[in-house]
Amino acid sequence: MTLASRVIACLDVTEGRVVKGVNFTDLVDAGDPVEMAKVYNLEGVDELTFLDISASNMNRSTTLDVVARTAEQVFIPLTVGGGIRSVADVNNLLRAGADKISINTAAITRPELISEIVDRFGSQVLVLSVDARRANTPSGFEVTTHGGRESAGLDALAWVEKACALGVGEILLNSMDADGTRAGYDIGMIKAVRQVANVPLIASGGAGTLSDFAAALDAGADALLAASVFHFGIHRIGDVKRYLSQQGYSVRTSALT
Amino acid sequence: MIAILDYGSGNLRSAERAFATSGHDVVVTADRKVALEATGLVIPGVGAFAACMSGLKSVAGDEIARERVALGRPTLGICIGMQILFESGLEHAENGAHQGVGIWSGMVKKLNSPILPHMGWNTVSTTPGSTIFAGVENESFYFVHSYAATAPVGQYQAWSEYGEPFLAAVEDGALTATQFHPEKSGNAGLKLISNWSKSL
Repeated sequence: MTLASRVIACLDVTEGRVVKGVNFTDLVDAGDPVEMAKVYNLEGVDELTFLDISASNMNRSTTLDVVARTAEQVFIPLTVGGGIRSVADVNNLLRAGADKISINTAAITRPELISEIVDRFGSQVLVLSVDARRANTPSGFEVTTHGGRESAGLDALAWVEKACALGVGEILLNSMDADGTRAGYDIGMIKAVRQVANVPLIASGGAGTLSDFAAALDAGADALLAASVFHFGIHRIGDVKRYLSQQGYSVRTSALT
Repeated sequence: MIAILDYGSGNLRSAERAFATSGHDVVVTADRKVALEATGLVIPGVGAFAACMSGLKSVAGDEIARERVALGRPTLGICIGMQILFESGLEHAENGAHQGVGIWSGMVKKLNSPILPHMGWNTVSTTPGSTIFAGVENESFYFVHSYAATAPVGQYQAWSEYGEPFLAAVEDGALTATQFHPEKSGNAGLKLISNWSKSL
C-alpha cells in the first residue's frame, strides 16, 4: 500500500467556457469544461483543477454553475481557484460542489484569510497557489503576482513556511520561469520548497516530456499538474501514468481504459 | 430511500448524486424523523473532529446514529463521519481529547507521517467477507485526512497505510464506515456505494 502520485489536469475557465484550445477530436464541444472533465476522468486523471480567469463577478456566477454541473457528473476531486477573496467565496464554491479551493493573491494581500478559511472548513479544503520564479532573494526564489509580471516582495520559501504554519493543506507550486516552456518543471525549486513544506506539494509549470513528470516526483512532488500538454494532446493522461508506472512510481492505474 | 445527514458539513451535492447512481431515492436532510427512518443513512463529514461533533449534535445526529445502530438500521459514516463514531478524537485537542459518539471504542489520532494530510489515492488491504469491497478489492480510493483510527473495531476491517497502518473501512453489522471518500473515488467508489446500497 503506497499513496499514489497524482496526475492533475488544469482547465482555465471563463464565462463557463474552457479558454485555451483543446484538440480532442472525440469531444462534441471541446469548449465545455464539463465535457472536458468527463473525458479526463475516463482517461484516469486523479484530480481536476478549474482556474477561473473571469474578470467580473457576473462571470464568476457562471463558474459556480460549471462547478455544480461537473460535480454532479464526475466523481473525483475538484479544485477551483481564481478570484477567491473571502470565506463567503469559499463557501459558495464548496456548496456548488468544489472539494478544494486554491487561493493566491488574496492570501498574499491578507495572510489571515488562510486561518479564516482553515478555521471554518479545515486545512484539507485549502490549496495555496504560489507563482514563484528565480530571483535575488534569500532562498533564490520569489513570489510573483499578475501571472509572473510583478514581484510580490516575498521570498518564496519564507512564504510557503508561513502558509504551512497558518494551516494550508496543500501547496501548488507554479514555476513562472518554466510555465509554458514545456522545458521541464523547475526541479531546483521543487526540491527547495519540499524542504520547508510539511503538506502535499503539487508541481506545476513546464511539463513537456514524460521524463519531466518523473523528475518532479524525484524532486519531492506529491502530485503533477499540467495543462497544455494534456489539452493539446501531446500526452494523454494514460500515457503519463503508464510511463510512471513502468518506471516504478506508484500511480493509480486501475482507472486507465 | 437513502438519507444523507446534513449537519453543516460542506459539500453534499456530489455525495447526493453519487448515492443516487445506485438507483435509490436520495434526500439530504437534517430532519430527525427522516434520518431515523431512512432505509440507509449516510453520515458524511469534512473538517475538524470537534467542529463536526458540534454540528452533529446540533441536529441530534449522535442520538440518531446510536438509535439506528440499536435498531439495526444500515448507517454509513464517511471520513470524519467515520472518525466521530469512535469514543474520542485528538484533533486540535490541546486540552484533552474531544468526545465522539462512542459506538466504537478507541481514539482517533494523528497519523505518524512528516507530510500531512494524507491526500490522494491509496490502495486498501481487504480480506474476503466484505460487503462493500465486492469487486473492488484491489482498487484505489481517495483519502484526505490527517487523523485515523489505528486499532481494530467491528466485525470486518480493511486497512491502509500512510506512515503507519490505519483503519480504512469497518463493517460492523448495520454500521459501516470508510475513512476514504467513496463519493470522490471515481468508478471504484461508485461500485462501493452500489454494494452498500444493494445491501439495504
